[in-house]
Amino acid sequence: MLEINKDNFQEQVLDSPDLVVVDFWSPKCEPCMELKPHLEQLAAKYSQVKFCELNIIPNRRTALNQKVFGLPAIVFYRQGKKVAELTREFEIEDVEAKLKELTE
Amino acid sequence: MEKNYDVIIIGAGPAGLSAGIYASRAGLETLIIEKKIPGGQAAITEHLENYPGYFQQGNGAELMKRMKDHATHYGCLFARDEVLSLELQDGLKLLRGKKHNYVSRAVIVAVGSKPRELGVPGEKELSGKGVSYCATCDADLFQDLELVVVGSGNAAVEEAIYLARFAARVTIVSVHNSGNLDAEGITSERAMKHPRIEFIWESVVDEITGEESVEAVAVKNLKTGNRDRVKADGVFIYVGSVPQTGFLQSVLELSHSGHIETDEKMETGLLGVFAAGDVRRKPVRQVVTAAADGAVAAVAAEKHIRQHNYYRQQIQDRKGPLVLLFWSPLNQDSIDLIPVVEEFAREHSNKFDFLKVCVDRERLISEKFNVETVPQLLLVNREDVLTRASGEISPSRMEDILTIARRE
Ligand SMILES: Cc1cc2nc3c(=O)[nH]c(=O)nc-3n(C[C@H](O)[C@H](O)[C@H](O)COP(=O)(O)OP(=O)(O)OC[C@H]3O[C@@H](n4cnc5c(N)ncnc54)[C@H](O)[C@@H]3O)c2cc1C
Repeated sequence: MLEINKDNFQEQVLDSPDLVVVDFWSPKCEPCMELKPHLEQLAAKYSQVKFCELNIIPNRRTALNQKVFGLPAIVFYRQGKKVAELTREFEIEDVEAKLKELTE
Repeated sequence: MEKNYDVIIIGAGPAGLSAGIYASRAGLETLIIEKKIPGGQAAITEHLENYPGYFQQGNGAELMKRMKDHATHYGCLFARDEVLSLELQDGLKLLRGKKHNYVSRAVIVAVGSKPRELGVPGEKELSGKGVSYCATCDADLFQDLELVVVGSGNAAVEEAIYLARFAARVTIVSVHNSGNLDAEGITSERAMKHPRIEFIWESVVDEITGEESVEAVAVKNLKTGNRDRVKADGVFIYVGSVPQTGFLQSVLELSHSGHIETDEKMETGLLGVFAAGDVRRKPVRQVVTAAADGAVAAVAAEKHIRQHNYYRQQIQDRKGPLVLLFWSPLNQDSIDLIPVVEEFAREHSNKFDFLKVCVDRERLISEKFNVETVPQLLLVNREDVLTRASGEISPSRMEDILTIARRE
């Protein structure tokens, strides 16, 4: 997964023409930490999709601008627009289901 | 065919992990099934200041990681799955999970609880959009913003203090009269002195509003009925918890609140099924009491398995007729019968075997043969009861049974 920050969020996510998956996380968020290795597996499996991770602690404004108000949050973007979002109560299986739906 | 474990523990919170340590260390083949993160509710608690010997570190996630490593060290196995049902089959326990099925001889239910929802308009819609039940997950998002915490207990007040490290202001909405919190004195005092924590007393939050995210809550005063709008960027809800026992409803005795009834050995109404931790009906729900329950449950499970083995050896794998005398040290009649039957059995030892069974110790055999009172004298062939005498057993009745036994 590509580590991004407030400075390159626009370029890496919003300016990208293709599907981008962003994992908004924080090292204090246990459910986020638990999800991470599973997301990495998905990133390897769906290598045609761009997976990014954004640590919200140094990039809080960016998260709030993206209307992320709860972690963990997985947000799907296409052509600079939010096309789907999973927050709080979801499983890795839900992430894969969304991915399948969006890559079909 | 699934692998047959000695013990399966459902849930890897402090109760499940402690049970896992005790069971695997006792040499039992132990599996813990956890649907989410090992550590349970305790793993998302930032300030854990009351677990004995663990105060400076103060972080729940770290303590839970150590408990997990401790269990793994003794050979405890882990599976990531959600258990959907529990069934009993020939003394074995069959667990159906979302991904797999599992079989074991004993089960320890340590599924804990999840946060209770307030059940007010806006809560569901704005969940993950400023409505939160996990301060450690979300506190950083609310740096310099305004928060409302709903609740009066330890969890509410402790988490409010934690949130106040980040937020510009934290307002605790409590149903109680001014100055009365349910949290421990030391915690309440700290909150009341905190420069960034305010209180709204005798009130409830009855609506959460906002377009894309939380913008305000409606606070209703219970005495006057007045409703006020309080601006908030986030609402943290700590109004107790609900045990996650829905999937056990049809097999276990639950209290109105959904908690599992157990005795002091953590036994439930079902033989070989134990419960530990927050899921039990009990007065104090903390990490230390969960861990203690786990230890007690594991020891009880080990005993159960020993009985199970004994039953297999003595009853299921035996060839030929067997006379069983059920007795109890508390029943003199049954004690008096022992030498009499023993003597007779010795004389005819080539015809049948004899086993005396203490009903207080060997609960499993007693239950299998539906023995509730003593003395009882049974003639069995493996698990089939050929004849039985109970209550006052006259010498002639005994003679009858033993004669049948001799002929079998
Ligand atoms: C905000 C907050 C602050 C707290 N602060 C403190 C404190 O400072 N000190 C203290 O001692 N205690 C504190 N507590 C209480 C403490 O967290 C609990 O008492 C303790 O975690 C209970 O442990 P448990 O193992 O019984 O259950 P839990 O910790 O709830 O663990 C149960 C586990 O079972 C899993 N599970 C549930 N159902 C299934 C299923 N069907 N299949 C598979 N897995 C399942 C869950 O995912 C969970 O991981 C706090 C609680 C909260 C909410």
